[in-house]
Amino acid sequence: MADFWNFYAWPTIIIVLQIVAIVVPLLVAVAYLTLAERKVIGAIQLRKGPNVVGWFGLLQPFADGLKLFLKETVVPSGANRGVFIIAPMATFVLSLVAWAVIPFDAGMVLADINVGVLYLFAISSLGVYGIVMAGWASNSRYAFLGALRSAAQMVSYEVSIGFVIITVLLCVGSLNLSEIVLAQQGMWFFIPLLPMFVVFFISGLAETNRSPFDLPEGESEIVAGYMVEYSSMVFALFFLGEYANMILMSAMTCVLFLGGWLPPFDIAPFNWIPGPIWFALKIAAVLFLFLWVRATMPRYRYDQLMRLGWKVFLPLSLIWVVLTAGVLVATGWIPVTSR
Amino acid sequence: MAFLDRGARTMLLWELLSGMALTLTYMFKPKVTLNYPYEKGPLSPRFRGEHVLRRYPSGEERCIACKLCEAVCPAQAITIEAEPRADGIRRTTRYDIDMTKCIYCGLCQEACPVDAIVEGPNFEFATETRAELIYTKEKLLANGDRWESEIARNLATDAPYR
Repeated sequence: MADFWNFYAWPTIIIVLQIVAIVVPLLVAVAYLTLAERKVIGAIQLRKGPNVVGWFGLLQPFADGLKLFLKETVVPSGANRGVFIIAPMATFVLSLVAWAVIPFDAGMVLADINVGVLYLFAISSLGVYGIVMAGWASNSRYAFLGALRSAAQMVSYEVSIGFVIITVLLCVGSLNLSEIVLAQQGMWFFIPLLPMFVVFFISGLAETNRSPFDLPEGESEIVAGYMVEYSSMVFALFFLGEYANMILMSAMTCVLFLGGWLPPFDIAPFNWIPGPIWFALKIAAVLFLFLWVRATMPRYRYDQLMRLGWKVFLPLSLIWVVLTAGVLVATGWIPVTSR
Repeated sequence: MAFLDRGARTMLLWELLSGMALTLTYMFKPKVTLNYPYEKGPLSPRFRGEHVLRRYPSGEERCIACKLCEAVCPAQAITIEAEPRADGIRRTTRYDIDMTKCIYCGLCQEACPVDAIVEGPNFEFATETRAELIYTKEKLLANGDRWESEIARNLATDAPYR
């Protein structure tokens, strides 16, 4: 019994508490990201954004959530019922499980695995399943077209994201996300790898179906794309999943290029602030970029999107992989693997 | 060199970045939002809102039942019935405006020879039922009593341009 308690039950409780400690702030962040989006886009369009519910509209996300919660879940009669319900759950769950390997501070990570990058990459590839399932199960033309677009888009941009990540890995010599951050103590990777940072950011926009690559839900053509048939809480799950994916993509950008939890300068006033706060600030900055881009750019045409992915980003990132590897070998800076 | 120039602009995302710089400056400009129920925009004295039937200062209603408004109304929203009153003066017995038909063109107030039917400055008269939007003579006269000061001022302001 003591063994059961010490080696099974107690660690399980600790892990569950850790998961709650990650997921609850994450969901609050998602709620306020929706508000921040409306506020930022409003400000750029000379509007004020929501400011009626609570001070400065701070309770608006909860009002929206409550509204969705009280609505009826409509399942179309032609829909494949099981898949229809599972699809938003898959999207939502996949957007949360990826956070297991994100380091918030030195040693502050749920699963400190040595293949963290691979895990992240696998989970973000799985994200397309929720969307394809939703498009298929809805039995609607709009939803199906949206899902097809989304699948093609996410697959295309994942290729260049893969090469960008390989460039970073070449400079680090490890797939462990904590070690990737620690390798940036001298200089954050976005300075030496600036073109790759830009490619990663733009691919991240495409990967999370964000404007200007929001064709999967392009409302002027296909209404709302894959989520056209969803209402109420199942829609809310898609919505939360999508925004959680945005935050995840920002976190990945921070870990790979912006030095994770590290302060910008390792001197007195900066390194007093704890790592998780730096990490949150950096994520917020990247998220602001997401919103800023959305307020600025018009939507891409689909062939332009594919051209950018396959004919521009793929060759560019390939050249940079070769170039980085060549420079590292020629100068002898190639990192020595620690394990 | 134009080739190099264009290439450099493309590679450095010049157009995208200058566009984003523009939107960023807009973010800090003063906002144009009106907090509507609490703040309202200015209205022209010619604004064509909810209809009213006006009275003379003596309290006598202006409308003489000439039915010009009924005739001119392009939406046929106005219905008038009239007969001589007890003192022999011809007045309307019925003056209905179907506000759901009305297109707020202002032809009725243009046609009126005695400035009896006027479209006032009120545009906040939404109702919860359709029936409430069929305005009767009593409702229109009550509106006139309520909005008389604003309407008189608007008519006076606009008079030099007529």
